Amino acid sequence: MSHDDDHDHHDHPHDHGNDHAAAPAPIVQRVRALEAILIEKGYVQEAALDAIIDTYQTKVGPRNGARVVAKAWSDPDYLERLRADATRAIAELGYGGRQGEHMMIVENTPRRHNLVVCTLCSCYPWSVLGLPPVWYKSAPYRAKAVIDPRGVLADFGVSLPDDTEIRVWDSTAELRYLVVPMRPAGTEGWSEERLATLVTRDSMIGTGRPFHPGEVP
Amino acid sequence: MMGFGPVRPEPDEPVFHAPWEARALALTLACGALGEWTIDTSRHTRESIYPARYLSLSYYEIWIDALTTLLVRRGLVTEEELSAQRSLRASRPPRRPALKSADVSAVLARGGPCDRPAAAAARFAPGDRVRTRLLNPAGHTRLPRYARGKAGVIERVQGCFVFPDSSAHDGGDAPQWVYNVVFTGRELWGEDADPGLTVALDCWDSYLERP
Repeated sequence: MSHDDDHDHHDHPHDHGNDHAAAPAPIVQRVRALEAILIEKGYVQEAALDAIIDTYQTKVGPRNGARVVAKAWSDPDYLERLRADATRAIAELGYGGRQGEHMMIVENTPRRHNLVVCTLCSCYPWSVLGLPPVWYKSAPYRAKAVIDPRGVLADFGVSLPDDTEIRVWDSTAELRYLVVPMRPAGTEGWSEERLATLVTRDSMIGTGRPFHPGEVP
Repeated sequence: MMGFGPVRPEPDEPVFHAPWEARALALTLACGALGEWTIDTSRHTRESIYPARYLSLSYYEIWIDALTTLLVRRGLVTEEELSAQRSLRASRPPRRPALKSADVSAVLARGGPCDRPAAAAARFAPGDRVRTRLLNPAGHTRLPRYARGKAGVIERVQGCFVFPDSSAHDGGDAPQWVYNVVFTGRELWGEDADPGLTVALDCWDSYLERP
């Protein structure tokens, strides 16, 4: 559900009957006022704020990570470079910077499934996945991932064989983890571009699987 | 903490649920560029929000709470100005000048690398058995409560990095070696844990001792 108005429907129940006459939610007014104060004091510039927002709305997102994964699937030499120095290998594709300065890949195998979390806050590899979704930053995931990852996967409709190990990576330092899911069957000879369409955001966190051929919406 | 219930992902979730969230992100990053606090200080400020309030706020509300706390603490904005919702007096220049839109791309691309030269060799090597110390500092730390006083194995030496427990409190970088340490589910949670579960954490050297 997207919101074009400034009302915060997300966490605060309020009377929808008076929506059009109601004052903006307190947080909206608070943020507007803070921005105005900071601009007036010369601490921030409006155009810079707009540029930051544009970056994370349009330029940085999970399609970046999908390209990394697709290349790892297609190009064994690239996979070796990712294993040796993921930050540098990811930078070959033009991705890096904020919250991606120190990258590591973790590869799913039939024996082991990887899941990434930040129990302490919300650390996430922005440079390859964009901004984290609300569920990643919220208490249920942060609490449950390290103690009941199978339960978390069940919440996402994913089940693994009983004998699959689950390795949970708690992002306590500035290292950021990118899951490389297993390449789906039936994709022999596919181009990197086509393979990338199978790679979902959730499969790169560990809460989902990539699409199978024919499954892409 | 436990008992938060199932994870509920929102289908086709937008990057921002409302324009104010986008402004909150941008304000936080732009103010971070003023050089008045480290990322560790900002994390500590967020996690120091009164727990009942913290759990009741949405993510970007947490960011705005912490941002205003930092701005007031650094003397860049006053409580009076926040209440009046406007600037009331001239403020001091920040440590670094305001971020310009032409520089945003380069600044975000550079990020804030935290690796630092090491003063000495790493204490541990892959395969070493270690135990996390039972520590409960009043300030910022990146050793979660569930992993204190636990036995694990060094899987990887990650490098030498800024130490958040120092950086969050104006103590400077004080860099230490960081190790990826793996714990079994049983070690962390007891005999009923999933036998196939392992949890890996990046631990600074001072979090660790020989068993």
